Amino acid sequence: MSAGVGVDLENLWIRFGDFVAVRDANVNINGGDFFSFLGPSGCGKTTILRAVSGFLEPSEGKVLIGGKDMRGIGPNKRPTALIFQNLALFPLMKVWENITFSLEISGASAKERRKRADELLDMIALPDQGDKLPSELSGGQRQRVAIARALCAEPDVLLLDEPLSALDLKLRQHMRTELREIQKRVGITFIYITHDQGEALTMSDNIAVMRAGVIDQIADGKTIYNDPNTAFAASFVGENNVFRGKIKQIMGNEALISTNRSGELVARISTANQGKLAVGDDAMMFIRPEAFAIASDGASGDHFVTARVNHEEFEGNVFNIFTEGDGGKEIKVSLPNLGQSFDDHTGQNITLEYETRNAVLVPAGELAAE
Amino acid sequence: MNNSFLRVSIWVYLVIFFLYLLGPLVIMSVTAFNSSAFPRMTPWECLTFQWFGELFQDQRILNGIKNSLIIGAGTVVLSVAMGLAGALMLTQIWPKLRATYYTIIIAPILIPGVVLGISTLVFWDRINRMLGLGADSFLSNGIFLTVIGQSTFIASYCMLVLVARLQRYDVALTEAALDLGATHAQAFRKILLPFMRPAIASAAVLAFLASFENYNTTTFTFGEYPTLTIELAQKVRYGITPAISALAFIIVALTVFFALLNEAKLKRQELVAAARKSATVEELAGKVKLPSLFAGNMAAVLLVVFAVATITVVGTATAYNPGQCIANVKEQKRLEAEQRIQELRKQREEQRKKREAEEAEQGGAQQSTPKPSNNSGFGNVFAPNTLGGDAEEESSDTETPPSNNGGFGGVFDPNSLQTDQ
Repeated sequence: MSAGVGVDLENLWIRFGDFVAVRDANVNINGGDFFSFLGPSGCGKTTILRAVSGFLEPSEGKVLIGGKDMRGIGPNKRPTALIFQNLALFPLMKVWENITFSLEISGASAKERRKRADELLDMIALPDQGDKLPSELSGGQRQRVAIARALCAEPDVLLLDEPLSALDLKLRQHMRTELREIQKRVGITFIYITHDQGEALTMSDNIAVMRAGVIDQIADGKTIYNDPNTAFAASFVGENNVFRGKIKQIMGNEALISTNRSGELVARISTANQGKLAVGDDAMMFIRPEAFAIASDGASGDHFVTARVNHEEFEGNVFNIFTEGDGGKEIKVSLPNLGQSFDDHTGQNITLEYETRNAVLVPAGELAAE
Repeated sequence: MNNSFLRVSIWVYLVIFFLYLLGPLVIMSVTAFNSSAFPRMTPWECLTFQWFGELFQDQRILNGIKNSLIIGAGTVVLSVAMGLAGALMLTQIWPKLRATYYTIIIAPILIPGVVLGISTLVFWDRINRMLGLGADSFLSNGIFLTVIGQSTFIASYCMLVLVARLQRYDVALTEAALDLGATHAQAFRKILLPFMRPAIASAAVLAFLASFENYNTTTFTFGEYPTLTIELAQKVRYGITPAISALAFIIVALTVFFALLNEAKLKRQELVAAARKSATVEELAGKVKLPSLFAGNMAAVLLVVFAVATITVVGTATAYNPGQCIANVKEQKRLEAEQRIQELRKQREEQRKKREAEEAEQGGAQQSTPKPSNNSGFGNVFAPNTLGGDAEEESSDTETPPSNNGGFGGVFDPNSLQTDQ
């Protein structure tokens, strides 16, 4: 794989009037990476993409592509290609004309264009569909045509703005693997925007988690999932149970917190916050539903939680137990279905057990909206 | 029961409605083929095509059509360009200003055409003088002024048509083109313009028709280039001939023709699109056999019927000679006219006789009184009777009786009654 062209954002600020869409973003994207911006809608991730593609000039800071400052360079002069959320295929052009639009601009002959279109159509597994109109294709086919059109321009960086959001679930999952494969084949940098953590986790080399214009964490998928920096990152990526409390004691990388309703519990301080938390600070402890196990009755200690079961549900691969939790929120426990029998605990108190490495402690902060 | 009554009344309503809409057109079209010198449907005289011939020999009408076409073309170009610019501006402008901008740009439609005409004339005359140009300069040219004057409000119509389409345009398409390396000009030409083409065509047709039929603005600006409407209005002042009906018929026929043509084309596109959608990949690759023009296309069939009818009519017109019929009608008219003259004469005769009889009765009582009618101050010097003698008067009287050759042998003549006694 070629090294590819990297993209760097340095102290990037983007304002619309008084509204700050992006606040002091610093991102280094390596050449050839599949990089995702993950965040809820309205968090500024599309704004960053438009700044990279050149439709928007940053208010402050720099966008560097391949180390070159892009200020003042229009979208048609940047080595980027953008795949729009609604794809923006040209409705009046046939598929092959759509794909080779960039060649038409550079003055290639119709014969050359046709040849290149056929190559790209083969690559996206749509041979012989070149004479159709975009409206005559299915959603997934249109998706692939949009990718081929962007690749035809031979960009150094491909930008994708939630391109899968309009597809149905099955197709979306299929396109994830396909996108990842195309990226590996062409070896250029992909910058991917999504609010779907599943998409981000499965495809990306690195992920930036964004909240209201601020980048909370940049790391690979495993780190984001297992070792979140902030309460937002912990609650936005995947399902998580939160326990609010105050830090009572710090023991190296672990801490004892007195929670509001579950007594004193022990947790691991997340890597980025080690050394930054002090006794008496408000903190949040996060434990994934699948990290709990049911303990024998009467067990107690600093890694046991006792709670009353509200209701239960059987999901096939897992069995979910919802118990009373902190601040009106339920604690969710997912037990893998390994063929064992499940007792009905509704209305009873149960004791849950967790391992310290699965309980992550971060400073108290804003949670992601449900 | 009630339902069928409702259905019948709907049909009755439809008939009345279409009579109201199309009746005048039908009647006028028919008058174009009647040889009567005044455009009328009854009495039907002879089938004739002479009014078409006359129409095409009328230099003023032909000149008017020519001017109308030139001005129409100019107005189309100017109005569509201005309308497109206005429409683009409307989508780009700062949202808070949009309502105000829209009002301003729509205003010319609400201003009376007369006002637009006068203001165009005055404004450009002023500019002309400011530049120190003569009365024969380009700026006071009738065609220039009319195009400018008409475009002031026709551009607004065009803008309305174009805005409707532009609102469905996805700006992301332009951005996509830019992103793929196109310049703004290329994105406009290759993406936006093709998208706008149908609306531009509609706007152009609308602009041309509006220009062609315009009278009240043009009447101030036409200068030495009267358009067709101006010429017609001037002609009608001196009485109308069926040649104008013939012109109207041609316009109606052309309208029907183009409407059918357009309909047939649209229908065909629809059919082709449907065929493409259901076609498989191999069929498309092998250039699928598209449905022929006429399959399931009513408008196309009608169009062909219409074209055949036109050719037949034109063919007949060149071969047909209504000369004999017209001669017959003329002869008949001459006879009718003669008869009417004689009837008139007879009436006059009767009145004269009656008066004479009355005078004879009264004559015994007051013979000395002069003639009561000639009581003007000039003492009868201008009266024709005073020039000739009584004898002449008498001779003319004696001449009239033989003209009493009515069919009834003078049985109703009161004089004959008297003589019999």
